[in-house]
Amino acid sequence: MAETPKLALDHVAKRFGSNQVLRDVTLSVAPGESLAIIGGSGSGKSVMLKCILGLVEPDAGTIRVDGEDMTAMRAADRERIRTKFGMLFQGGALFDSLPVWRNVTFSLTQGRMLRKREMRDIARENLERVNLGGDVLDLYPAELSGGMQKRVALARAIAPRPEIIFFDEPTTGLDPIRASVINDLIVELVEDLGVTAVTITHDMKSARRVAHRVAMLYEGEIIWTGPVDTLEDCGNPHVERFVKGVAQPAE
Amino acid sequence: MSESGTQNTVVTALAAIGRPVVNGFAGVGSAAIFAGRTIRRGLTPPYYPTRLIEQFFQIGWLSIPVVALTAIFTGAALAQQIYTGGSRFNAQSTVPAVVVIGMVRELGPVLTGLMVAGRVSSAMAAELGTMRVTEQIDAMRTLRTDPYRYLIAPRLFAAIIAMPLLVCLANILGIFGGYLLSTAKLGFNPANYLSMTADILEADDIVMSLVKAAVFGFFIALSGCYAGLSASGGAAGVGRATTNAVVAAFVTILAANLVLTVAAFG
Repeated sequence: MAETPKLALDHVAKRFGSNQVLRDVTLSVAPGESLAIIGGSGSGKSVMLKCILGLVEPDAGTIRVDGEDMTAMRAADRERIRTKFGMLFQGGALFDSLPVWRNVTFSLTQGRMLRKREMRDIARENLERVNLGGDVLDLYPAELSGGMQKRVALARAIAPRPEIIFFDEPTTGLDPIRASVINDLIVELVEDLGVTAVTITHDMKSARRVAHRVAMLYEGEIIWTGPVDTLEDCGNPHVERFVKGVAQPAE
Repeated sequence: MSESGTQNTVVTALAAIGRPVVNGFAGVGSAAIFAGRTIRRGLTPPYYPTRLIEQFFQIGWLSIPVVALTAIFTGAALAQQIYTGGSRFNAQSTVPAVVVIGMVRELGPVLTGLMVAGRVSSAMAAELGTMRVTEQIDAMRTLRTDPYRYLIAPRLFAAIIAMPLLVCLANILGIFGGYLLSTAKLGFNPANYLSMTADILEADDIVMSLVKAAVFGFFIALSGCYAGLSASGGAAGVGRATTNAVVAAFVTILAANLVLTVAAFG
């Protein structure tokens, strides 16, 4: 009998007004697996992620985490499931009114000023995991470079030791060297912490580096999924065009 | 052909009226749901007393200079107006009575409300709107923290508590402004002025003044928070949210003032 997937989406759909963003998304991720979801701008990647996180309510379909259906749950149970998630936002989304150490430990204190010494130690330890020193603890997000903000955001996402981490365009806006640092960190974290990872990206280099398996979202549907090394000759024209960066004949 | 053309014009005209009306009601409905949710969650743990104190400082303490100046200027100007206007029918002596009733019942709460709305609703909308468009609000939810409890409820409760205190101050300083001008320029006897003020003022006036203040505080924070949390579309969206917040706060304050005044004194 097959293992229960860590995360499974079944026929998920979502529309905003007349715009059908997700038509029919069916997808599953095994425990410990790293999946990259690729797709062009506006293909519904972010909306799909927000549906899974519970930030957006899907119109149809089910989302299961460890076999439990989130869409049919009461709010309290959904909160419990949500504690399994960590998320790295595209722009970092650090709280700019709080210093780095309080950002990193935010999920542990729920924003309150608790056990300061212990929290600073936890912050330091998580910052070390993303190769940042203790000298940034008391800085504010605005005082950090873009790459450092991403790393602090990553430290914040892993601090509560989530079981599934979502990465929203982790390398967008970074130069190639900093992008590769972030990619390496993601691979390291997935291996060291044994987490399940879902990365949405349109950076093919990043997808190849971080993922075991790739799924392509096109016009609100998953049109292809397969191991990362079969990406080049998968036989799907949309995927091949996307991977090679070739515009559609009509475009 | 021309008939259907006329029909189309009529439909278009009606739609142009109907759409903003429907949107307006929808907006009022969702703001009411927003307020209900904030109060319900704000009254259940976890609580954020530190955030409440921070907001109280922002809304209450930092508004004191602008509220104080507004009240003194208005009280003094009111005294001069009543003196000059009253002299047309030999009613100059009503200055202390009109100043105290005008300030406590009407101008103290309304002007304080408008000044605080200008300062605070805009700031709340800009801050929360920026947090919304930079995904900080979504991030907060993924970090096991409820933005309604952490961000919105402290602002709403702090405004409801701070406004009555600010209005107390405005009432006292408004009366003081009238007193200063009347005794220094209009020749009133200081002791007489104060005793006439005390005679005319009733407990009901003060209670109504403070009730208005608390209601205005609610609308100030609600307008700012609701506009901020509904912001979308980058910097331009935050700008729109800020404008909407101030307009909504002004209109709701003046409308609530009318309703409360008619209900209490009408």
